[in-house]
Amino acid sequence: MIRVELPSHLRTLAHVTGEVQLDVEGQATQRSVLDALEARYPMLRGTIRDHVTERRRPFVRFFACAEDLSHESPDAPLPEAVASGAEPLLIVGAIAGG
Amino acid sequence: MSNVRVLVGTRKGAFVLTSDGKREKWDVSGPHFAGWEIYHLKGSPVDPNRLYASQSSGWSGQVIERSNDGGKTWEPVGNKFAYDGVPGTHQWYDGTPHPWEFKRVWHLEPSLTDADTVYAGVEDAALFRSTDAGQTWQELAGLRGHGSGPHWQPGAGGMCLHTILLDPSDHARIFIAISAAGAFRSGDAGVTWQPINRGLRSQYIPDPAAEVGHCVHRIAMHRSRPSVLFMQKHWDVMRSDNGGDSWQEVSGNLPTDFGFVIDVHAHEPETIFVVPIKSDSEHFPPDGKLRVYRSRTGGNEWEPLTEGLPQSDCYVNVLRDAMAVDSLDECGVYFGTTGGQVYASADAGDSWAPIVRDLPAVLSVEVQTLQ
Repeated sequence: MIRVELPSHLRTLAHVTGEVQLDVEGQATQRSVLDALEARYPMLRGTIRDHVTERRRPFVRFFACAEDLSHESPDAPLPEAVASGAEPLLIVGAIAGG
Repeated sequence: MSNVRVLVGTRKGAFVLTSDGKREKWDVSGPHFAGWEIYHLKGSPVDPNRLYASQSSGWSGQVIERSNDGGKTWEPVGNKFAYDGVPGTHQWYDGTPHPWEFKRVWHLEPSLTDADTVYAGVEDAALFRSTDAGQTWQELAGLRGHGSGPHWQPGAGGMCLHTILLDPSDHARIFIAISAAGAFRSGDAGVTWQPINRGLRSQYIPDPAAEVGHCVHRIAMHRSRPSVLFMQKHWDVMRSDNGGDSWQEVSGNLPTDFGFVIDVHAHEPETIFVVPIKSDSEHFPPDGKLRVYRSRTGGNEWEPLTEGLPQSDCYVNVLRDAMAVDSLDECGVYFGTTGGQVYASADAGDSWAPIVRDLPAVLSVEVQTLQ
């Protein structure tokens, strides 16, 4: 079980409160977690990564275990603590805008 | 008795304002989609309870929302706007080639005949259509594929397709406008397009009378005369009596012919409304006086409408999608400002009163007249 924490505006869009818990097939990577997230919540497609290129949107970052994972390969394994559910994967909106 | 529903898109959410036919007391619902930019929302003329909304943010990109109950509840639908084929390039501000990149939906135009069909005008400029109530979107690529596409250039607000007019007498005919490419017309339901900019003159481009490159801000038509078009260009108010084949200036005695909005009275095809703005660098009304100008002669002769509008120290703007009219017997006119006011006139502009004063900056205003 993978725990994912969404920024507040995406929690509203997905009609969820608190963390999202996902079952992920195979190795836990950014890609497999986002695949599972978007399968459960189709309204999030395109809001975290581009529909076509699947690249992370510029003002979105990924953190876990006090590390910035935003520039890791989408296919790199996530930290064991995330894979085991001990720690959440944080999807964070940049502090920007007006 | 008829009711009126005003749909307001703002920088931080959508608002739905409703009133009876007297248009004196208003109920305000919102913010819907709080915190998101709502560039535009509009109802289907076939099913007025079917609404579509363009919701976007710098963080999370584009979302399209649909309501089937007049805006009480909403559900996100498809938001995949993929250009057809290899997108290619257009001109950047400095004249260099720049890849076509989807940024947001500026305008949603529901079909006149089918509640599940809706058109979307997007930035970077392209026209999309959905025939399944917004679940999936297909580009009408003949527009962007027009030979002039590589020469289109963004206006200050981005390279947006902001106006979509559907001809009620000929469902194959569509007019669109792009900042800063100009106006285009299709006679085959969006398959092929031709620029319709003859007569426009723009001093800020290398060839002032070029076929494309004009910063058209808004086009309006009266449904009874779809070949008569009115245009607010960057500078100049224009008119065409032949479906855009040629244009002539009708700015007449306006205090400035810069502006964004233009609209036509619901029952008087020669009565049009604009809001003059001082200049392209000073986006506020001249002399701090918010004045709607009305022409009852299809242009050239204009009268200021000031009753109920601030006539001192007013420095708001009225953006291109932020004016609309209702179709009650006494035509109502509505517009929203970047200061968050939505003004309504229940007497075709003779007098005005704010419905709300303190919304986020208003991006769009649409009106539904409900029986």
